Amino acid sequence: MSTTNAALKVGDTPVSRSYGPITRHELALYCGASGDHNPIHVDSDFAKASGFPDVFTHGMFVMARLGMAVNAVFPTASIREYGVRFASITQVGAKITCEGKVTAIEDVGGERRARIELTARDQNNDVKLKGEAVVALA
Amino acid sequence: MAAPKFAVDPQTLVGMELPQQRAFVEPRRLKFFLNTIGEKDPVYLDPTAARAAGFRDIPIPPTYMFCLQSLDNPGPNRILDLLGVDIGRILHGEQKFVYHKAACIGDELVFQARIGSIVDKKGGALTMVAQDIRVENGQGEHIADITNTLVIRNPQDEKGAA
Repeated sequence: MSTTNAALKVGDTPVSRSYGPITRHELALYCGASGDHNPIHVDSDFAKASGFPDVFTHGMFVMARLGMAVNAVFPTASIREYGVRFASITQVGAKITCEGKVTAIEDVGGERRARIELTARDQNNDVKLKGEAVVALA
Repeated sequence: MAAPKFAVDPQTLVGMELPQQRAFVEPRRLKFFLNTIGEKDPVYLDPTAARAAGFRDIPIPPTYMFCLQSLDNPGPNRILDLLGVDIGRILHGEQKFVYHKAACIGDELVFQARIGSIVDKKGGALTMVAQDIRVENGQGEHIADITNTLVIRNPQDEKGAA
């Protein structure tokens, strides 16, 4: 995979991956797996009492999946930075599509790096996460 | 002005260092996380593949440091506690990781968080709390910097929230 990464240029879209609908079961598992025990993600009574129509997805669960989409193309050892803004709440049942586009190729201390603008959208094309990864190219 | 939104004036917390926190990269709970998100990259599952990729042992995936901090947090969320905010009021605003060195199975990580800024948004309907977190491994090496922004939803007197 590193041979293709070395040839990346601005405008390329190396990151592209879609995931099936997020289930309540996955939210329960993620609650335990991540240590984020906020009941708002798993207890619909609590979510309603807090003013939401239903439980909703941990932003970090979607960030983990967007990270997987990056990781599918860029080995974990090459990831220098990864950040997102959680633009809107991801509902249960959302089918997330992750995409990334190269916005810059830079030289940092002798290392060639690519800046990848990232988005995670749901099936309605609503942006859920917007972010950026910086990866070393080899 | 309505009743105070917080137990203390938030600006008195800016710059505060939170108690240091330790967390362990344990293989079984890492596996649980990988299964949950559906990660099947051999570098995370097979020590041989991890070593071939240059790691001492299986590394953690990009967002897992955030989880470790929660998994080994001994008490309630410190910031919510200090501000007197119910967990039902919070959303996650932003999250960023800058990686300097890998963390692998067997590592003990040390998190040192500092409250960076606390700012109101949307006419006070929301309050954004930013934390800067420095992460070291057991050898005292600086392995990552994390920034995290929580969004607190404030009670509204009149109708019309975000």
